[in-house]
Amino acid sequence: MLDTLKLPERHYLNNGHGLKSWLLTKDHKRIAIMYLISISAMFLLGGLFAAAVRVELMTPEGDLFLADNYNKMFTMHGVVMVFFFLIPSTPAVLGNFLIPPMIGAKDLAFPRINLLSLYIFWVGAAFFFYALFAGGVDTGWTFYTPFSSFASNTNVVPTALGAFISGFSSILTGLNFIVTIHRMRAPGLTWFRLPLFVWAHYATSLIQVLGTPVVAITIIMVFVERAFGFGIFDPTRGGDPVLFQHLFWFYSHPAVYIMILPAMGVISEVVSTFSRKTIFGYSFVAFSSLAIAVFGFIVWAHHMFVAGISTYSAMVFSFLSFSVAIPSAVKTFNWAATLYKGAISFETPMLYAYGFFGLFLIGGLTGLFLATLGVDVHVHDTYFVVAHFHYIMVGGAIMGYLGGLHFWWPKLVGRMYSEFLSRISAILVFVGFNLTFFPQFILGYMGMPRRYHAYPDEFQVLNIMSSAGAGVLGIGYLLPVIYFLWSLKYGEVAGPNPWGASGLEWQIPSPPPTENFKEQPVVHGEPYEYTPHVAREANLV
Amino acid sequence: MSNAVAHAEVHGHAEHHTALQHHFETMQQQKEASTLGMWVFLLTEVLFFGGLFMAYLLYRTWYFEAFAEASRTIAIAPGAINTAVLIGSSLTMALGVRAAQTNQRTATVRWLIATIFLGLVFLGVKVYEYADKFEHHHVPGANFISESPWAAQEQIFFSLYFTMTGLHALHMIVGVAIMSVITWMAAKGRFDEHYYTPVEMAGLYWHFVDLVWIYLFPLLYLVERHN
Amino acid sequence: MSGHVSPKSLYYSIFGALMVLTAITVFAAYVNLGNLNAPVALAIATFKATLVVLFFMHVKYSSRLTKLVVATSLFFLVILLGEMMMDYASRGMGVVLPALQ
Repeated sequence: MLDTLKLPERHYLNNGHGLKSWLLTKDHKRIAIMYLISISAMFLLGGLFAAAVRVELMTPEGDLFLADNYNKMFTMHGVVMVFFFLIPSTPAVLGNFLIPPMIGAKDLAFPRINLLSLYIFWVGAAFFFYALFAGGVDTGWTFYTPFSSFASNTNVVPTALGAFISGFSSILTGLNFIVTIHRMRAPGLTWFRLPLFVWAHYATSLIQVLGTPVVAITIIMVFVERAFGFGIFDPTRGGDPVLFQHLFWFYSHPAVYIMILPAMGVISEVVSTFSRKTIFGYSFVAFSSLAIAVFGFIVWAHHMFVAGISTYSAMVFSFLSFSVAIPSAVKTFNWAATLYKGAISFETPMLYAYGFFGLFLIGGLTGLFLATLGVDVHVHDTYFVVAHFHYIMVGGAIMGYLGGLHFWWPKLVGRMYSEFLSRISAILVFVGFNLTFFPQFILGYMGMPRRYHAYPDEFQVLNIMSSAGAGVLGIGYLLPVIYFLWSLKYGEVAGPNPWGASGLEWQIPSPPPTENFKEQPVVHGEPYEYTPHVAREANLV
Repeated sequence: MSNAVAHAEVHGHAEHHTALQHHFETMQQQKEASTLGMWVFLLTEVLFFGGLFMAYLLYRTWYFEAFAEASRTIAIAPGAINTAVLIGSSLTMALGVRAAQTNQRTATVRWLIATIFLGLVFLGVKVYEYADKFEHHHVPGANFISESPWAAQEQIFFSLYFTMTGLHALHMIVGVAIMSVITWMAAKGRFDEHYYTPVEMAGLYWHFVDLVWIYLFPLLYLVERHN
Repeated sequence: MSGHVSPKSLYYSIFGALMVLTAITVFAAYVNLGNLNAPVALAIATFKATLVVLFFMHVKYSSRLTKLVVATSLFFLVILLGEMMMDYASRGMGVVLPALQ
């Protein structure tokens, strides 16, 4: 028995028309959509820089770009992807949209600060675009001193300021989420009844508010050195360039957990829905999110093993870095245990989850190789590192983001996309990704350094495989743009709960009304209650 | 007819304070959210200044003589005066919040104006101090002059001095701007004993800026004075 | 609804204590305490900061969550300073390098 589903008459997308109603909105859902458009554009830009890198690397000679210009390509690829895509991604789009409905609230705690956060993001991006059009920047996204503070003659200051400014966007989002989750949960919604997506974003927000200010002040220090001739990292005045690295990585290591935790939150939701089963070990997964956030702050110098830190401290950081893998492993075991004896299926969001498991596993395990001090001495600054972090950030974080986008797209726009095209896209992404990045593990192990535009002839075959994979990956990423846009007008109407999923967000219309709920809900049950009744309601049986 | 009742009639639902934003259920929830939000923001500020304190900690350990000598060239009196001024402004701020809590509009405005005044005094003394540094070629960079054997490392001290006090002064300027808005709101009668959150939040920020200075003063002005 | 209202006398007392402690800080700087000069100055500053936090910022009368936020900021600050100094404490002092020609 299937009622013909209709879109609700009044929802957040048609509640107010015109540019002003969007640019001055306080609705977290509209802000999320604007973030979606913004970061998609930045992802495309970052992808173009990646394409430049991969095309250059098809031949052993540095024949496409001069060395300095190649430096600009990988620098800007990193800056855009880290600061303007990955850090906002899942929190700014899915977190913004879903946290209030998931906790039974009408909006975040500070709607105007949410809008300010978006404006600040745009201003930060504008600084980056200025730097881009003024000739780019070549320091690497890591801005190591004294090259960035003294020697580089490229646009370090505007780029660094762009990153600095976008950092405040991140801080404000984190602040908003923390206050919202603490103070705006519906009656009956205790902490241990929260969806794990919310736990993941809470942990992420802790990192955002604790870590980002440190990189902010570090950028200020580079700025005053470049702009005023101050000397904080200047070795000719007694400064220590390694101090920059300490302060930079104090944020930038936890930053990678900002990127992965929200994706893990998505995976928890998707896995339980498409196994029709509650998450195994809910409280372990919740506490592991917090543990990842806290432990992530004490391991940063594993990026600096060969930078000149003492052997003693290198050993301490190496040991601590092993510990941070444990909560991630706990989560992976719990997801696997959720699948076991569940009624699993293969819808597109779940395909992304399966992909996530394999790729995050490889990325995480290779992280342990890198945490091992003796191994890292050999593979630091090689393509082994590049492969490792792309497995986590692309194979993990982006797969999680895309899986979440596919999972909640019906809620965002009220319509379904083409399941056929989306499955093809997911497979292309998975295949393309592995083809791009697995050869890089081998290349790095064989000794190919990162950030070089030329390499010995014997590395060419693997590099060509990698570049070919990048092409496939690119197609896989472009397809969603097409079928998502197509779905806006022609997609099948989704109804409130097309997947038969649990969670308060699935009990409101798709798309939701501006105020989310007519009346504040009261929560009685546990999360992830998958029962035959729920399945019948969703016309799944 | 009170503002709150008129507001309720326009809305057609249960009476609530005019200042209640509609995504909150009660004033209590709104106040708790604002308070937590401000404290989380101050947490970010601790880590923000913390990076500079880290750099200071390192270089003072490495180059104590240079730091001591450079610190001795800074006149104590303006620093001590500024410390007293800032602590005084925290007093006036706390009294201003208290006046708002007890619904005393005129007293609130007076104490807030006193706070702003003391903040401006602080900034004025800072301008004097900075001008003095410029004259004596203590600004790091191309124009820096020092006869000391530790001239190079002294530049690191002064780089940190200017960055730390400069950032602090920027925070003071923002604080004065915020206080001006709050004072205007208080003068307009926006606060009462049920709603004085903005005054309290501005107060938290102001006290935090004072806290930073409580550490900056001994670390920058009093490295080694017992010769 | 209203928060805790402190008596004015409390604020004046705290102010007085802060002024006295500031004076002590200055005078102590002129006394040769050897290695203890820095710890003493920082201890006094920390005591002053505690007074400001507890009484001017009302943390003494605030919720457990507020106290947790304050504690958390200090905890991570200690990690920043402590773990970084662990590296520096286990290697050599800084040097001034000659500029490249």
